Amino acid sequence: MVVQQALHQFLDHSARKFPDHIALDEFGIGTITYRDLASLSDRLRDGLYHLGVRRGDRVGVYLRKSIDAVAAIFGILKTGAAYVPVDPGSPASRNAYIFNNCSVKAVILENRYEKNLAAEMGQGREMPKLFLLEGTGGGLPLRQALEAAQEKDPAPTGDTESPSLDELAYILYTSGTTGGPKGVMLSHRNAISFVDWCSETFDPNEKDRFSSHAPFHFDLSILDLYLSIKHGATLVLIGEEVGRDPVRLAPLVSEKRISIWYSTPSILSLLVQLGKLEQYDYSALRTVLFAGEVFPVKHLRLLKTLLPRPRYYNLYGPTETNVCTFYEIPNRIPEDRTQPFPIGKTCSHLRTKVVDIQGQEVPVGEEGELCVSGPGVTQGYWNLPEQSVTAFLENGFDQRWYKTGDVVVEGEGGDYVFVGRQDRMVKKRGYRIELGEIEACLYGHPKVKEVAVIALPGEEAGILVKAFLSCREGKRPSLIELKRLCAENLPLYMVPDIITYLDTLPKTSTDKIDYQRLKEMLG
Amino acid sequence: MLYTMEEPKKSVKEYILQEFLPGENPDELTDSTPLITGGILDSMAIMRLITFLEEHFRIELQAYETGLDHLNSISDIAKLVQSKLPVKVVG
Repeated sequence: MVVQQALHQFLDHSARKFPDHIALDEFGIGTITYRDLASLSDRLRDGLYHLGVRRGDRVGVYLRKSIDAVAAIFGILKTGAAYVPVDPGSPASRNAYIFNNCSVKAVILENRYEKNLAAEMGQGREMPKLFLLEGTGGGLPLRQALEAAQEKDPAPTGDTESPSLDELAYILYTSGTTGGPKGVMLSHRNAISFVDWCSETFDPNEKDRFSSHAPFHFDLSILDLYLSIKHGATLVLIGEEVGRDPVRLAPLVSEKRISIWYSTPSILSLLVQLGKLEQYDYSALRTVLFAGEVFPVKHLRLLKTLLPRPRYYNLYGPTETNVCTFYEIPNRIPEDRTQPFPIGKTCSHLRTKVVDIQGQEVPVGEEGELCVSGPGVTQGYWNLPEQSVTAFLENGFDQRWYKTGDVVVEGEGGDYVFVGRQDRMVKKRGYRIELGEIEACLYGHPKVKEVAVIALPGEEAGILVKAFLSCREGKRPSLIELKRLCAENLPLYMVPDIITYLDTLPKTSTDKIDYQRLKEMLG
Repeated sequence: MLYTMEEPKKSVKEYILQEFLPGENPDELTDSTPLITGGILDSMAIMRLITFLEEHFRIELQAYETGLDHLNSISDIAKLVQSKLPVKVVG
């Protein structure tokens, strides 16, 4: 095996070893071989150089999932720049914010997004260079755009850069709980150390067929893209529409003989409930990976009953570290088990520890915040020097520990169990309160539409629990009714101190409840 | 002054609405609405209520009179207050 120097070398290496293997299969559109994908990415590399892109720059990717998008990603990597993928489904204002935030030199985008992006980005700044595609699909629009550019103004053939392992490969923006989205900086080392762990753990080969379910702006895509291409396997690109439709997805997984599946649990739950899985042949499926949320045990049990052959793994890790712990689901799941499975043991390329508020390690079996160290861990957030410091444990030694903000406890057999998000757990008069539990209780009232519970500093009690809710039409439930509902289902100390009715709860740009804004509300 | 049961009920109800149920429709709070088991009064609130009762009605409450048995409804509180008040016949 060639010693990896940079992420894009996985592609060039596989193109030499398996030139005629299918690298990508864009469902319903077409396929591309390793040789052709490598050459297409080389041509885009040269086109980007010609636009002025240089090693160390950032280049935006504003494309729907397609062969074109993958070629774009590799073309960018080959210039030594970092790619910054955005969600085409997000508002142009959010995507413009991201591109301005990390000062992209260029953006590769479909012309359908150009007008709105330009309008949002304008505002007195210098616009990045735009490389426009008529659309996406099978790599054809990218080819056409390159040919058209070549005719007008030919780009000289250049070389693929070999950035050092600690140079950035991509920046993934996550919605911060406070303020705007934060750009998590990820280096070649970050990605490769993770991909190598995957190779060791899941043992893929060139005959495997990987699903690409996650969009490229989610870090699940790092496993899909780079593990598949590293091993000369085929990556089946699944677009957003089909990806959320279990009725169309179920036959696709069978038809395309997917052998390694990776996604969030929610689509697996939908597949098991609505996909009529018993109708299709899944004999090729050997590994099912899921991450990002808790998988309700009853759905997982049903899935394993319908598809008993594959090995199932629960993967855990924030964008800042990619996967850092993993757990193989046991063969048999007892009928009465409702408790979610552990997040498991630390991946071999990383180290973890569980700490208290002071940053001291807790004794085994006690709860605390999970911290991660090693080559998979981000260097920090783009242009957020303060947050890049506070996200890490202060340490006199040269080990940097990333604080995940997740509370875990080491259980039986040395597996970590996920307890909850730290900022959603507070102490009131010595009692531990999970704010999410209070929300769940209030949702139990039929008239309640949306709930958000926060904790604010209070005078005597230390903290004040405040619930905001929006109600359905008609007579809204009284404070007394709601407090009684809580008192009947929760310990009395968890009954909210203040309940406020709003017409609707404020939302962030990614359509989640805006807890920060609620905290700032007066009265 | 002759206190009927109505007076303590009225001022206790007003106090509870004002301090612990801001904005609530007064009709929702009845004489029998469970206050402690209904999550309206937590331990801090109970302490504040006791201080109010003692100051407003000039009575003294014993520790054993400050629990669930005596303070869980406006009726119960009024009964407790009544039992502590000197009764004079106006005539």
